[in-house]
Amino acid sequence: MRNLHISTSVNGDQTEFVCAPDETLLDVLRNRLGLTGAKEGCGTGDCGACSVTLNGRLVCSCLVLGVEAEGAEIGTVEGLAMGDHLHPLQRNFIDHAALQCGICTPGILVAAKALLEKNPNPTDEEIRYWLAGNLCRCTGYDKIIKAVQIAAAEMRGA
Amino acid sequence: MTMRYEKPATAQEAASILANEPGVARVLSGGTDVLVQLRAGMIELDLIVDIKNLDQIKDITSEDGGFRIGAAVSGASLGEHAGVVALWPGVIEAFELIGSTQVQGRATMAGNLCNGSPAADSVPAMAAANATARIVGPDGERDCSVQDIPVSPGRTSLTKGEIVTSIFLPARPERAADAYLRFTPRTEMDIAVASAAVSLELDAGGTCTAARIALGAIAPTVVLVDAASKCIIGTKLDAAALEAMSTACSAACNPIDDKRGTIEFRTQVVGVLAKRAALIAYKRAGGRT
Repeated sequence: MRNLHISTSVNGDQTEFVCAPDETLLDVLRNRLGLTGAKEGCGTGDCGACSVTLNGRLVCSCLVLGVEAEGAEIGTVEGLAMGDHLHPLQRNFIDHAALQCGICTPGILVAAKALLEKNPNPTDEEIRYWLAGNLCRCTGYDKIIKAVQIAAAEMRGA
Repeated sequence: MTMRYEKPATAQEAASILANEPGVARVLSGGTDVLVQLRAGMIELDLIVDIKNLDQIKDITSEDGGFRIGAAVSGASLGEHAGVVALWPGVIEAFELIGSTQVQGRATMAGNLCNGSPAADSVPAMAAANATARIVGPDGERDCSVQDIPVSPGRTSLTKGEIVTSIFLPARPERAADAYLRFTPRTEMDIAVASAAVSLELDAGGTCTAARIALGAIAPTVVLVDAASKCIIGTKLDAAALEAMSTACSAACNPIDDKRGTIEFRTQVVGVLAKRAALIAYKRAGGRT
């Protein structure tokens, strides 16, 4: 199998990697670039645990080929915090116990960030619809919705 | 597996690569169907041809009062286009029902069509809209009605080397609108058990002058029901006309029994959906009931 050389941008950093044509972006991020925030839950685009942004659009990285990253801009959960300074979404997820096992959390944070960039003041219903593709089996979602609302209010005030 | 990846710069080059491939090949646009099938082992590919480098493939352009939508325009991009949303609200609402926010970030209408699922949400809406697909193949370019693309579950009328490069949604007169409804057990992240798309044109008095009704998930392919359209043309969608239309829709069904719905359920529900979608389209077109 012929591997391909890919130049891309991950969280604003120019990055290069080599991957097989059938390798997913998720596998590239985790296994070749050491960015293990995105998780593989289902591998079929149902659970959202592998959510990243691709040229500003929220996508499941398990349904993107690594080779499709050529010339693209990728955003992962590792790009949320500024050094030791957590993103308001991350801080509020911790402060308001919006996670238990944490497997779904990176995907939900990336998805919620994408929502707030598009709609800084969403209703609970808008948050629930936006996050319908991010499955969480622990929290029952209620604390997630609340944490997103608190972070959104904080970000609007900031 | 030794799948090769190609990203040609022109549609002619893509068609030529696909036509000359002796093995199993697929087109990659949004990948929300093809990559799932690949990873699930449902298909084994020798070649995948990424069409996202083709000219205008990600563009929505005005044309003859309608819109040409490139085969790599995602649901997210489409839903942000005020012009298409205003002209064909039913097509947009159908396409936006597919998958999650993440899926909408990648999925395309051309892909939904070429995947060949009888339950594809955007296909009945496109058929009701009288949309056409532009196809480029080894022998050149042709246009084909959307409803003539799917021929059976997972199969299309496209020949070897042919790719859909865009979908054209035509112009429509004043007092015209469309609507799409589907039945699913859940509100999100589900696949239609039955669905109906209705596109109407009204005269100044609110009488229906033209109608196209297309049904999904009730036969091996999308079904355009002319007999149902005839029931409401010339009416103001009174109860008797709607009942006759609903009966005609149920009569056009040829569904399967599966875990998501029985033959009887699909046959009955699709008539109800068609009635409700017709009333939504009528209201959107400015009619009063």
